[in-house]
Amino acid sequence: MSSLSLIFTIIFVFIALFLSKSFRIGLEKDIIIASIRAAVQLLVIGYVLSFILDANHPAFMILILFVMLTVASQNVVKKKKQGFKAFFRVFVTLFIVEILTQSVMLGLHIIPATPRYIIPVSGMIIGNSMILANLFLNRLDAEVNRRRDEIQLILALGGTPQQAIHSILNAAIKASMIPTVESQKTIGLVQLPGMMTGQIIGGADPIQAVKFQLLIVFTILASATLSCVILSRLTYPTLFNSYQQLIREHT
Amino acid sequence: MNTFNSIPAITFTDVHKTFKDKEHSVLKGISGTVMQGSLVMMVGPSGSGKSTLLSMCNLLSAPDEGSIEVYGKDISKWNISDLRKKVGIAFQSAPVIDGTVRDNMMLVQKLHGKQDIMPEELCALTGLSPDLLEQDARDLSGGQRQRLSLARTLSNGSDLLLLDEITSALDATSAHEIEQLISHLHKEQNKTIIWVTHNLDQAKRLGEEVWLLMNGVIVEKAKTETFFHAPVKAETKQFIEGAFL
Repeated sequence: MSSLSLIFTIIFVFIALFLSKSFRIGLEKDIIIASIRAAVQLLVIGYVLSFILDANHPAFMILILFVMLTVASQNVVKKKKQGFKAFFRVFVTLFIVEILTQSVMLGLHIIPATPRYIIPVSGMIIGNSMILANLFLNRLDAEVNRRRDEIQLILALGGTPQQAIHSILNAAIKASMIPTVESQKTIGLVQLPGMMTGQIIGGADPIQAVKFQLLIVFTILASATLSCVILSRLTYPTLFNSYQQLIREHT
Repeated sequence: MNTFNSIPAITFTDVHKTFKDKEHSVLKGISGTVMQGSLVMMVGPSGSGKSTLLSMCNLLSAPDEGSIEVYGKDISKWNISDLRKKVGIAFQSAPVIDGTVRDNMMLVQKLHGKQDIMPEELCALTGLSPDLLEQDARDLSGGQRQRLSLARTLSNGSDLLLLDEITSALDATSAHEIEQLISHLHKEQNKTIIWVTHNLDQAKRLGEEVWLLMNGVIVEKAKTETFFHAPVKAETKQFIEGAFL
């Protein structure tokens, strides 16, 4: 794509702005900020990746993965009250997911152990896990509030916090995973995934692009499940105190 | 006639509680003893701290200051699961878990691997029709849900029952049936019962003793007859006459 063609893509931003203004949706400011941020962030990461791929040194790769994990964790907890503790739990979750999935891929030589493969695949895994972590925490919060009486009932009968929260954690995990599972059911029929589309446009063999996409699809499924399960185990004890009481007090 | 009421079942000593999101204390120095085998009705205006005091007896909430002893042992020293089995609580909302009435009645078995009384026996004990056992618990009427709630609490073998406004959402007939059930459990099984209620007639009918809580303090506690016919405090008299309702 030429630079001129890239400039022409701004037309799509103007279409969104025009519609937002015409229908008084009130998203003009957000659209402008999001567009500028996307452009700047992608250009910066483009140059950074060029540098890292040219350097081909593990230290740079580890650094950028650490930045990805930090930004993703911060993004999940930005509206949460628990601050650093919540950030730490999400960071640990994403870190474990990244290590486990990359261990399988590299250990079985599914992808070559080079930054060119590890960084983009990690970006997709961490990004997807970030969305799942966010969905899970919001859903868990809603379920705990909605089913507070049920939790109190089990505690009142002498059940442990784990027993009291078990079905609620499962419901929150299930609800968080539905978009991932549903989108995978229609993949290739309704939408062509971004990475595959990019590869095909870039001139790659469609079958080769499909193979890589399948790798991503299956990895995302595993990372989504892992993210929810690990985060649920790290989060639920924080809902109770040492007396096995649900922490948010009532009158 | 009760033969066990010389042993303290629950002893409150200068119990205080403040919730972080409240400007004032909910409980301000509650002291008193509930004897084993007795039936104490706890009355008072909304927000006077009755439900909070009740929830502390099995550590669903903890006092900030003071102590609560159950059978002579501070609640903080009990094994929490043992305490909550010993001191059962039934809530106004009578919550149910997903599943059938039987699933709900077997909840204690699921939690602890065993339970003292099985569903058919619990039905007989609480007057719930065994035909309902395979029905979805969420389809029960308010009165049936309360019976299920009591059955579940009894299945844990609780000696002490805490009842938090369990008839306030029920129609008169259902409320009367629940009263009879509680009265039966108290008299025939020597259960110690603390019953929080807004219904003064109910307190008068069933209570052996009545405690009046207002603004986090016990205004008066007395034998039912004395409480209603010869109260010592002016606030008690006003409360009975409906001044705070």
